Amino acid sequence: MSALRSTSRLFAASKPLFRPAVFARTYATVDPVAQVSATGHATTSVTPESKTSTVQEPTPSEQPRIKKFQVYRWNPDTPSEKPQMQTYELDLNKTGPMMLDALIRIKNEIDPTLTFRRSCREGICGSCAMNIDGVNTLACLCRIPTDTAKDSRIYPLPHTYVVKDLVPDLTYFYKQYKSIKPYLQRDTPTEDGLEYRQSPEERKKLDGLYECILCACCSTSCPSYWWNSEEYLGPAILMQSYRWMADSRDEKTAERKAALDNSMSVYRCHTILNCSRTCPKGLNPARAIAEIKKMMAAH
Amino acid sequence: MARLSGLQREVLSLYRRCLREIRKKPIETRQKFKIYARTEFQRHVEMSKKDFNAIEYLLRKGHRQLETYSSPEIRNIR
Repeated sequence: MSALRSTSRLFAASKPLFRPAVFARTYATVDPVAQVSATGHATTSVTPESKTSTVQEPTPSEQPRIKKFQVYRWNPDTPSEKPQMQTYELDLNKTGPMMLDALIRIKNEIDPTLTFRRSCREGICGSCAMNIDGVNTLACLCRIPTDTAKDSRIYPLPHTYVVKDLVPDLTYFYKQYKSIKPYLQRDTPTEDGLEYRQSPEERKKLDGLYECILCACCSTSCPSYWWNSEEYLGPAILMQSYRWMADSRDEKTAERKAALDNSMSVYRCHTILNCSRTCPKGLNPARAIAEIKKMMAAH
Repeated sequence: MARLSGLQREVLSLYRRCLREIRKKPIETRQKFKIYARTEFQRHVEMSKKDFNAIEYLLRKGHRQLETYSSPEIRNIR
């Protein structure tokens, strides 16, 4: 999106004289400030490189706050080499506040071979889930502890197969997600043939469920899931399962319940509550599992 | 022949499955698939047989590759 926006700005700037400011508006931008800046660019002349403030090498800051990051490294191309921890040092004065900023800076400036997933940098995509200082969380939502005396230790999600460095193999997790049929199942059309409507109360039931981004932090923090990940679905998947059971528009609740009605799928949850404690979005998968258990007991 | 360990048998069975899958490919390209599968195994032939983690990783990778290549749409390989 940002790429789109910048090209549209360039385009707007190249033809300033013939286009009124109204048409110079960028995609998906509605604030008037953006219009001003889009047209404003055209009138200002380009500052030569020698006069910009970034012409010299960046000077080292006065009081550097050097923090050490220990990062799990493993390269699949040399499988006989053991995984190891590699230490990187960063000056926190020059690093953004979040763990993901530190990782990106390491990758950009120190070691381009470091591999990790990241995308949205704001806790919406769930790509950067990893184990930071012993807690599963999203690197983009985790502040770097400012205590520089202690090293930060970064591992991939526990009990997952590692693809490379900090990248876990979530194939099985997604397969399990697919197995609960995470989509609206309904045969009867509505009376008026329009969309399936919900009352605000029914909609409220989905709050705290639909926000899940499937980062797999909770599932991989669950000891029960560690030992039975083949058959136990894990908190993330069960919460999504409950999300569709609780949906007033879905008509296959009975089938969904029947699919879970065995000793492994749900009942491996022993209310350890690691899932609710670790969830980087502040959701409560344990409650959803408890609701499933209640529904199963009620029928 | 000495008795094989479980892991060794798993490797052999993966190779056997590869050869079986190759038989479903068109006859002109079979040889290419065979060479490919063989070189993939040959590449790690030096692997210490006590390096269980590495062998298990390679097995998983092999199974994934086999799954990909066994789709009927793939008819040739370079």
